[in-house]
Amino acid sequence: MTDVLAVTDHRRGELRDVSYEIITAGRQLADETGGDLHLAVVSGTVDDFAEKVNREGVDAIHTVDYGEEFNHDVYTQAITQLYDDLAPQYVLAPNSVNGLDYAPAVATELDLPIVTDTIGLETDGDTLIATREMYGGKVETTNELEGPAVATIRSAEWPQAEGTGDASIETFDATIDEDAIGSTVNGFEEVGGGDVDISEADVLVSVGRGIEEEDNLPLIEELADALGATVSSSRPIVDNGWLPKNRQVGQSGKVVTPDVYIAIGISGAVQHVAGMKGSDTIVAINTDPNAPIMDIADYAIVDDLFDVVPALTEEFQ
Amino acid sequence: MKILVTVKEVATVEDEFEIEGTAIAEQYLGADLNEWDDYAIEEAVQLQEEGVADEVVTVTIGPEECEQTIRQALAKGADRAVRVWDDSLEDVDLLDVGAKTEILSAVVEEEDPDLVLTGVQSGDDSWGATGVSVAENLGYQWGAVVNHLEHDLEDAASVRRELEGGVEELTEIELPAVLTIQTGINEPRYASLRGIRQAQRKELDVKALADLDVDESAIESELELSDMYEPESESDVTTWEGSAEETAGELAELLRDKGVAP
Ligand SMILES: Cc1cc2nc3c(=O)[nH]c(=O)nc-3n(C[C@H](O)[C@H](O)[C@H](O)COP(=O)(O)OP(=O)(O)OC[C@H]3O[C@@H](n4cnc5c(N)ncnc54)[C@H](O)[C@@H]3O)c2cc1C
Repeated sequence: MTDVLAVTDHRRGELRDVSYEIITAGRQLADETGGDLHLAVVSGTVDDFAEKVNREGVDAIHTVDYGEEFNHDVYTQAITQLYDDLAPQYVLAPNSVNGLDYAPAVATELDLPIVTDTIGLETDGDTLIATREMYGGKVETTNELEGPAVATIRSAEWPQAEGTGDASIETFDATIDEDAIGSTVNGFEEVGGGDVDISEADVLVSVGRGIEEEDNLPLIEELADALGATVSSSRPIVDNGWLPKNRQVGQSGKVVTPDVYIAIGISGAVQHVAGMKGSDTIVAINTDPNAPIMDIADYAIVDDLFDVVPALTEEFQ
Repeated sequence: MKILVTVKEVATVEDEFEIEGTAIAEQYLGADLNEWDDYAIEEAVQLQEEGVADEVVTVTIGPEECEQTIRQALAKGADRAVRVWDDSLEDVDLLDVGAKTEILSAVVEEEDPDLVLTGVQSGDDSWGATGVSVAENLGYQWGAVVNHLEHDLEDAASVRRELEGGVEELTEIELPAVLTIQTGINEPRYASLRGIRQAQRKELDVKALADLDVDESAIESELELSDMYEPESESDVTTWEGSAEETAGELAELLRDKGVAP
């Protein structure tokens, strides 16, 4: 039987969506061989969180009441101890920024292999078959692993579990060695405020690395002007300092849901797509017919942006 | 203070490519310095220029061909480089996190740096896990996805970790530590001509697994890459064909139809 221990994710008093998605992923793995799904809820208002994640398919919830916010040393200690106690076949963690801050440590500590950012998981009880992407989403791969393992799951790949469950909720008395805690979280800060709120825009003209140079940006601005649209961008444009942080769309930027999102010279990396996939209509202008953005675009122009964008601007001038 | 930076040469893929077995056919592949590592190198070199670090050493797992990439890091200011390679690594399909951890840990132990900087992930296989894994393996402290580092390093590093949704976490991490560096933390420099010339004379030490006391069995990947394919498209994308004027015309019509453009 394949028991699964899945770890929930929360921040500043709120469970994150992936906490419900990981229930679905974990349940599915456990179901393949009739195992149990255990959830770990570590730090924060654990009782409140436990109640919320008690959804259909969860067999047991283990709460570790230690500290308010995420600390990777606390997580690593709590999860490795839970693993020793429950002996599950698989540990699932979210492939969130925090997941990536403890899951590799848990794997190393337990001497287990780790497979990160999975988008599909299957097992026959012994072999785990994990699907993941390579080369920025240009290809998918399957990876096989024998025996127990740690896997992190990409967010928004599995649906969120629903319904009310009847899991047992138990306090797990993890022994947290405070001397082994080598980092302290001193607070949080929101970044990216400023003049424009791209999440309010109806039309976004979004520019990516395909623009090549800062000097070419006016091309995009002219188009946005002609359309009465707002300019947003992928991460490299912001990293380069060509646009301020409040224009960045994506996982670490803003989530946007405009009527029309025009992605110009943007490949559609998963962290970018996380911020714009809810757009009503997605148009991609890209020289690469295989760019991952094509998978979520409604309309595409496979051509050089330096030809298409000026022609488009002209249409509206 | 000594800083070790992991530097990887990543494979890049052309727009059009073919898959052979569980790999992309060689002729469609290029090579580049991993984007995230470029920022890690820059951060280390800045720390050195400010007198915080005395030495910046890079470490790479890779065959001789990747020396041009290592020289890029040296040209940007790293002092010397270590490259690990071995016949036993030649045929490995996929070097997983565990295998990289074993090799890099051995180098970290030998070099004994105060700070290890890695990229958050590599652009090709994007495990995003090696830095933290190495830290845990060696009993170093760590921080993942760091997009700001205060340079007054003494016993601890004050960092910002970039979380999702425009939120940053302010964290204090005891040294020695491994930090995985996020893009945008600085502005990576271009190597100057002088830097490139100097890089040719810098020490580039090649080590086999035996030199590092790493057993071949320790680097056997526990993962087997069993298939590679192009992902199925999820959407029925309408691709407009024709000249730029024609396709722009189609898009203009769509925008007018939707009432979102004049
Ligand atoms: C933890 C983490 C968080 C991240 N958060 C974000 C985030 O919030 N937002 C984000 O965007 N990224 C984020 N990223 C980075 C992300 O992984 C990608 O690196 C980034 O989105 C790539 O941006 P791009 O598509 O503009 O560039 P590239 O991937 O380089 O793509 C450029 C595209 O332009 C096309 N192109 C080139 N020339 C032309 C031309 N002349 N005409 C037309 N098309 C052309 C190319 O075919 C290619 O598809 C994050 C990464 C990590 C690890």
